[in-house]
Amino acid sequence: MIIDRKQLTAMVEKVPAFPESVHQVLELTASPDCPPKKIVAVIEHDPVLTMSLLKTVNSAYFGLSKQIAGVKQAVVYVGLNTVKNVAIMVATTGALPKTNKAGLDTKTLWLHSLRVGVIAKLVAKTKGVSANNLASYFVGGLLHDIGKILYARFLPDQYQQVVKLHQTEQLPLYEAEQRILGLGHCELGAMVAQKWKLPLELIDSIRSHHHIEAQTNSHPLSLAIFFANIAAHALEETEAVSDQAEIALSVPQVVLNYLGCSADKMLVSLNNLDEEVEKAKTFIQGI
Amino acid sequence: MIINLRGVRGSIPVPGPATVKYGGNTTCISIRTEEGDWIILDGGTGIRELGLVQIEHLPLKSFIFLTHTHWDHIQGLPFYAPLFIPGNEIHFYGAFDPVYQKDLQTILSQQMEYCYFPVRESELKADLHYHKVREYEKIQVGSATVTPILLNHPVLNYGYKVEEKGQSFFFTGDYEPAANIYNPDEEEYEQYQEMVDEQNKSVIEFIREVDVAVCDAQYTVSEYASKQGWGHGTYDSCLSLATKAEIKSLYFTHHDPTRTDEQLDIIFSDLLKRSDLPSDIELGIASEGLEIKL
Repeated sequence: MIIDRKQLTAMVEKVPAFPESVHQVLELTASPDCPPKKIVAVIEHDPVLTMSLLKTVNSAYFGLSKQIAGVKQAVVYVGLNTVKNVAIMVATTGALPKTNKAGLDTKTLWLHSLRVGVIAKLVAKTKGVSANNLASYFVGGLLHDIGKILYARFLPDQYQQVVKLHQTEQLPLYEAEQRILGLGHCELGAMVAQKWKLPLELIDSIRSHHHIEAQTNSHPLSLAIFFANIAAHALEETEAVSDQAEIALSVPQVVLNYLGCSADKMLVSLNNLDEEVEKAKTFIQGI
Repeated sequence: MIINLRGVRGSIPVPGPATVKYGGNTTCISIRTEEGDWIILDGGTGIRELGLVQIEHLPLKSFIFLTHTHWDHIQGLPFYAPLFIPGNEIHFYGAFDPVYQKDLQTILSQQMEYCYFPVRESELKADLHYHKVREYEKIQVGSATVTPILLNHPVLNYGYKVEEKGQSFFFTGDYEPAANIYNPDEEEYEQYQEMVDEQNKSVIEFIREVDVAVCDAQYTVSEYASKQGWGHGTYDSCLSLATKAEIKSLYFTHHDPTRTDEQLDIIFSDLLKRSDLPSDIELGIASEGLEIKL
């Protein structure tokens, strides 16, 4: 079975956010005095809320003179109340079910996305990216697997087969997706991001997080997300291992060139990684 | 161009003995260009009387630029007489509502739905046109150009700069300068401040050296302490903007509905006594009926 790409992107017009975020948005906004930074933090940590906000502020209807790649940037540019109301609109359309038919563990996926965001941001920091641009690295990590969320939400039956194939044949998920649906979650995520007019670097980082071209000049954002994804998976698989240096990472040369050191060395050098991930986790558990 | 302030009150009309001097109508500014075109900024209740002036010479063309669609900026439109007369051409310019995905025509038509008003938008006899504006995209009205800039308010709000033959005028609409939502001791403070500074700077550059600016000063600094996030500026925020942008003449507007003439006089005379005032900016309190010739 090969899916109809057009039909699929048309389907994903409205995506509900994670239930914990929906709950927090509704609870915080019930009071007109809700502190702006709290609502910003909830949006910033939820892939769907972030993506919906970027979709709204970057839409042609808005007519902004520049592209917005971060939640705080959106607040400064279009005002907190507009951002808050976009979040309320998403929150009131419902919540992603806690369990899905597709058998995808959304909470694990969410935590993974946050971890990739944190790693990408910390890598960018070591590369001297300005504070202003660090936000798009976190957003890139947060959104890189959005295609999986969309699949689980909109094609649960088909995706169940994908997950099954992935588990039984020990096949990478994106290969199982290719085989059954003819389209990996990277391409689906990028297709939707493109339709929603997200900044080009973000679209590319979503598309290339499993396949980075050795020949082309990839944007640093894509290279950072590619590395962060591998690193996060490695950390997740060896959660019991406390020494990060023990983790062997296999990273393509083009990414190593970007890092400017070995992958293991980069991972060890990331200050506050555990602390930042712990902080991010609080949003998954609710404030 | 000839600029007339037709409504200078914020939030809600406040007729009565305490508002005779500065006026009780909500926001509306008309600009008559040298070629005789009518550029109108906002359709608060002040637009009603403007309409009565305009219909003395028919047919007419009006170019109405809405800063935003909060009630005090559109509530006069159903009583704007030129809309009811065939042969008139009325152009509306404004923002698309990105949250509810409504265009300007839908928003304005809803104000005239059966339960709110006896005449529906579709029954209006003038030739109506609706245009969505984009930030920094110039709109030509005869010999004048109008350029919008996005300014912080609880809904999308465009400030408009009107230029004609070397003269320039700027109106903020409702505007609360962007501020940091974090405390200085928080990690996010610095990064956020950079974005705030960049945003405020782009506003300053946009209005640099305009001849006359009419700016939202609904609150005093002490009142503002409890009104942060409500989307309005202060006398001080306007002064700061005008000083940095080297504005030649500044008028404070969007007077709070609770503000009496007497209070406005006191606020203004106290302000003029301040030692930190820039010496080269002409200052005034916006009052209904004021005419400014450029």
